[in-house]
Amino acid sequence: MAIRFDKLGVVIAAIAAYAAFLAPFATFRANRIVPGEGRLILDALPAVSGPLLLALVVVAIVVALLKTPLAWRLVVSVVLLVALALAIGMAGGFLTPPGNTFARVSPASGFWLLIFAFTLLLADVLTRLELSPFVRLAVLLIAAVAVGMLLASGAWDSLSILKEYANRADTFWAEARKHVTLALGSLLAAVVVGLPLGILCHRVEALRAGVLNVLNIIQTIPSIALFGMLIGPLGWVALHVPGASAIGIRGIGTAPAFVALFLYSLLPVVANTVVGLAGVPKAANEAARGMGMTDWQRLSGVEFPLAFPVILTGIRIVLVQNIGLATIAALIGGGGFGVFVFQGVGQTAMDLVLLGAVPTVALAFAAGIVLDAIIELTATARRKEAVA
Amino acid sequence: MIEIENITKRYDKQTVVNDVSMVVEPRTIAAIVGTSGSGKTTLLRMINRLVEPTSGTIKLDGVDNHSLPDYELRRSIGYAIQGHGLFPHRTVAQNIATVPLLLGWDRERIDERVDELLKLFQLDPADFGPRYPHELSGGQQQRVGVARALAAKPNVLLMDEPFGALDPIIRTKAQEDLLAIQKHFGTTIILVTHDMEEAVHLGHKIAVMDGGKLVQYARPAEILAKPASSFVETLVGSSERPFRLLSLGRVGDAVEKGSAEGEAIPADASQRDALAELLWTGKPALPVKDTDGKALGRVTVDGLVKLAARPA
Repeated sequence: MAIRFDKLGVVIAAIAAYAAFLAPFATFRANRIVPGEGRLILDALPAVSGPLLLALVVVAIVVALLKTPLAWRLVVSVVLLVALALAIGMAGGFLTPPGNTFARVSPASGFWLLIFAFTLLLADVLTRLELSPFVRLAVLLIAAVAVGMLLASGAWDSLSILKEYANRADTFWAEARKHVTLALGSLLAAVVVGLPLGILCHRVEALRAGVLNVLNIIQTIPSIALFGMLIGPLGWVALHVPGASAIGIRGIGTAPAFVALFLYSLLPVVANTVVGLAGVPKAANEAARGMGMTDWQRLSGVEFPLAFPVILTGIRIVLVQNIGLATIAALIGGGGFGVFVFQGVGQTAMDLVLLGAVPTVALAFAAGIVLDAIIELTATARRKEAVA
Repeated sequence: MIEIENITKRYDKQTVVNDVSMVVEPRTIAAIVGTSGSGKTTLLRMINRLVEPTSGTIKLDGVDNHSLPDYELRRSIGYAIQGHGLFPHRTVAQNIATVPLLLGWDRERIDERVDELLKLFQLDPADFGPRYPHELSGGQQQRVGVARALAAKPNVLLMDEPFGALDPIIRTKAQEDLLAIQKHFGTTIILVTHDMEEAVHLGHKIAVMDGGKLVQYARPAEILAKPASSFVETLVGSSERPFRLLSLGRVGDAVEKGSAEGEAIPADASQRDALAELLWTGKPALPVKDTDGKALGRVTVDGLVKLAARPA
């Protein structure tokens, strides 16, 4: 039998081979701001573990490279991700000299590339398995619990990012709450305003082009510029509208960040509402009217349910976009994970940057998966739309 | 009964329906025929007030159709359109239940009615009720569309090119079904079509519209025999006229005494079909039998040809 290669597997194998043998697995630094030195897998791990991890990677590369059963690929990718997660924690303990509290050990490019390669393999397997939305949510939950358990067990405590966390444990959760509040709150506001606006644009054709163009222009304003532009008007409101400053409206801080995120969120929500409603079969609408549905019954019973999956897609875009964008709010004192990112950049402490970036990415990733599952569930509940 | 009195619809300066008056008797089918842009659909849509007239009144069973809010009026009138307009996100049963639900019928009565209608349209309720519209064939979708229009037992059913999207074979079947249903419920039907053949076949009376005006409103035989204008004559199609006239009559009415050899023709077949059969088999006469198979006599080419001639 001829040996057959898996196309994606070739890419994964190449990345994994480079990452495992040539790239540094962990970085060691004498303190948190000096440049570090890379360590290969064999140097970064204690005696048996290093070769063992390398052996696992080699097996995984072979499995990824060839056309192998999905079950093998699934097992291999999960085993490797778990092994890598454990190994990096082990490297932290191994490389840090005993009793030294200044030295920092952080994951290096080799580790990240290996994680990337096997996440890609896992994602490919999960896609090919065509899992139901519920199973995908369960997989996400298991992954979250696993990461949570690793964090709680202290296996990663010797890594630099967790040392940064240990120094900031109290502010971390406060900023996390702010981050989520900013991202979700602005989304909620955008939905509350955007849905009716989208419906209005759908019903009143004269409004449509104007509203969408204005929202489009807002979308093209760079975020930092938009923050800046909001300082003036919001500062004025805080000064002149009674009670405004009492509820937290100021030229800088959470208010302009919230408003900016809200403005960015409007276009996807309004545009998808308009597109969704426009996609409702004309005959169904006409029949609904002809059978005596009131405007409201037609909207809630026919138009909205049919447009819903499209609207939800807009909401998904907004949520993922907002979780990322909320990072920038820290620039104007809005709080959120961005606080760590900008502090880290200011101190050239990459570990601190990661403390802000990693949770942001994880949150956006998880939000994307959850909403994708919801979109699929609503679409299957309503079945495929009739071929018009 | 539907009384349309001096109804006019103007958009800006364009008059789409121009001073139309006509009466549709209860339990009959009126077919409105015309080319596109003749105002036939607008006229139909003014009956359930999807379009508001500029002037004139429409009475349903003696009551002005403006005496109710428009949505309540529409719930009392069946409405079926081209391309069926079924709701893709609702099952067949839910689709049919639309108007009863709007009227607040209780669950049991709705379920009973849905089952009754599905059976009437030869769709097994257990099989088709839970399906979604995209899981049906075009002909089945159309039947569900009509069933949905009839769900709340309306006295009046409006149909806008209901069979327009069907292929010829399914279309013929759908027309037969409609005639049977109309007899069964005694519904008054106004049907818009651009197809004179369909109008002659289905309509007790035919209204011909041209440029917003009602050109002629009469029984099919009269429309064929005495077209009111050259437009009507064109619409009827002069080369088709004798055959359309024959299609109105039943073989039972053309039976002559005597006997003939060959396959018997049923008495309820149309005279047109009988003539076609005679010409095709090359025989001057064929026997006729009634539905019980009893011989009634014979039908002849000569007899039918006389019936196809323009009535005096």
